[in-house]
Amino acid sequence: MKISYYPGCTLKTKAKNMDCPGVAALNALGVELVELPRWNCCGAVFSLADDDLLHLLAPVRDLIRVVEQGDNKLVVACSMCYNTLARANLLMRENSEKRHTINTFMEEERDYNGEVEVVHLLSFLRDEIGWEKIRESIKVPLRGLKIAPYYGCTLLRPQSVAIEPPEKHTLFKDLIETMGATVVDFPASTDCCSSYQILSNPDVGIETVSKILESAESWGAEAIVTSCPLCEYNLGKRQEDALRKHDKLKALPTFYFTQLLAIALGLGAEVCNFELNHNGVIRLMESKKFLTAA
Amino acid sequence: MSTTDITKGESKETTSGKELVSIFVMGKKYEVPKNLTIMKAMEYAGYKYIRGCGCRGGICGACGTVYRKPGDYHIYVGLACQTVVEDGMYLTQLPFFPANRATYNLEAIGSDPEEVYKKYPELFRCVACNACTKVCPMDISVMDYISAIKQGDFEKATELSFDCIQCGLCTVRCMGEMSQYHIAQMVRRITGSKIKPESSHLKTMVDNIKTGRYTRTITDIKSMSEDQLRKAYQAREMEPSEAPEDWKPADNTYL
Repeated sequence: MKISYYPGCTLKTKAKNMDCPGVAALNALGVELVELPRWNCCGAVFSLADDDLLHLLAPVRDLIRVVEQGDNKLVVACSMCYNTLARANLLMRENSEKRHTINTFMEEERDYNGEVEVVHLLSFLRDEIGWEKIRESIKVPLRGLKIAPYYGCTLLRPQSVAIEPPEKHTLFKDLIETMGATVVDFPASTDCCSSYQILSNPDVGIETVSKILESAESWGAEAIVTSCPLCEYNLGKRQEDALRKHDKLKALPTFYFTQLLAIALGLGAEVCNFELNHNGVIRLMESKKFLTAA
Repeated sequence: MSTTDITKGESKETTSGKELVSIFVMGKKYEVPKNLTIMKAMEYAGYKYIRGCGCRGGICGACGTVYRKPGDYHIYVGLACQTVVEDGMYLTQLPFFPANRATYNLEAIGSDPEEVYKKYPELFRCVACNACTKVCPMDISVMDYISAIKQGDFEKATELSFDCIQCGLCTVRCMGEMSQYHIAQMVRRITGSKIKPESSHLKTMVDNIKTGRYTRTITDIKSMSEDQLRKAYQAREMEPSEAPEDWKPADNTYL
């Protein structure tokens, strides 16, 4: 099966360790993620200003590229891209006045009316491949690994584009169990990681990160799994700042779900670009013997 | 001005007896022969090019021109040396536009996309309005090469931007205030020097230059008087516009 795929800029640069294992894992599951031949940055953040149509141009153009491919479904792995594209899509579907203004402005493009379905890779795994098939394909069960699923904001908010009901989320947990690992359901699972505050207000950011790490650790997690490069940056790459500030915190390896899936499917560390994660990630994988078993 | 040869050095058409059209240069109306390029029409109208004119062959990018047509809201662009006047055309040339150009030592930097992002953080202000692509007189997909740079795909950006003549019209229109063509140049330099394999014929050519094979060309020209230089220029042999592949000049002293 082939399906149109939108990686996003970050997955092509700083977060190749999310993109490469995702493409490899889906391939192992019999799905070819076909990167759109032409795409632009989606804008990363959906503008909340009601009259800000300018920032809709980028995501809508990407959706038009899907139609140009003769396709009507787009798989997105990055949570932020997913959120931005899905919300822009919804607006184009539902708001005829804004749709008209945007289509008129982009006169060099075909008109777009929200025809495409924007799907997050996690939903795609569940709905199009199915846990059963994934379970059958697991070669290196992540047995004994206690994983805290970290949703962050953009998978579950706002409700109109949430990949599942915010108060009854099971998708990440189901994936973790399918891979043979143990779910650590922790209360900070859907807290905000502080997002871009880490840059403009680093003290607040690091405090927020510390609380999330502390929560996951106190519930016994050995690792955190996420689907967002910004969450990974804050919880993973900036973790040292949190550890420096709080003696009681322990290092907690942070993974992308695509990396764990690739390992569980027996694809090995080669496709995972672990060198782009923060320290401690490979050590944990080795200590659990997940890398040699393949 | 009954018969004026304003086309010296190019095709030998003259303007006698031609039908006239009206154009507006910076708001002032002129009657000029139709079929002239904007550049020739402006010279016909009495403008003298000191700047804003380079190769007259559509490749140096010095004569970017913006115009409108009557009853049409679109902005049109073209190179003054290539674009033929139309009746009612409203135009101005933009020979120069201030553009941010970063300073860097190419030898000292690597091929990581970060090198470009650090020098040109404004890259990330692109909102995909596509005004740059629409304005490009070379029909380059400027927005797409900016996207490729943001995606870290320098080889794709190099391919897409290769025909850029650096006229700067994209920069004039950019609401993110970036200088696309300077950014692309940095990317092409990195691609050429650090990503693509070294080309052997280029190395041979550089060695030839270093060992002085072409030094005589420049010293001869530098030693000429203004009068000699003028004569040499006017007598120069140009490659015909539809020359065969194996065309060679009669005098190849300097090759």
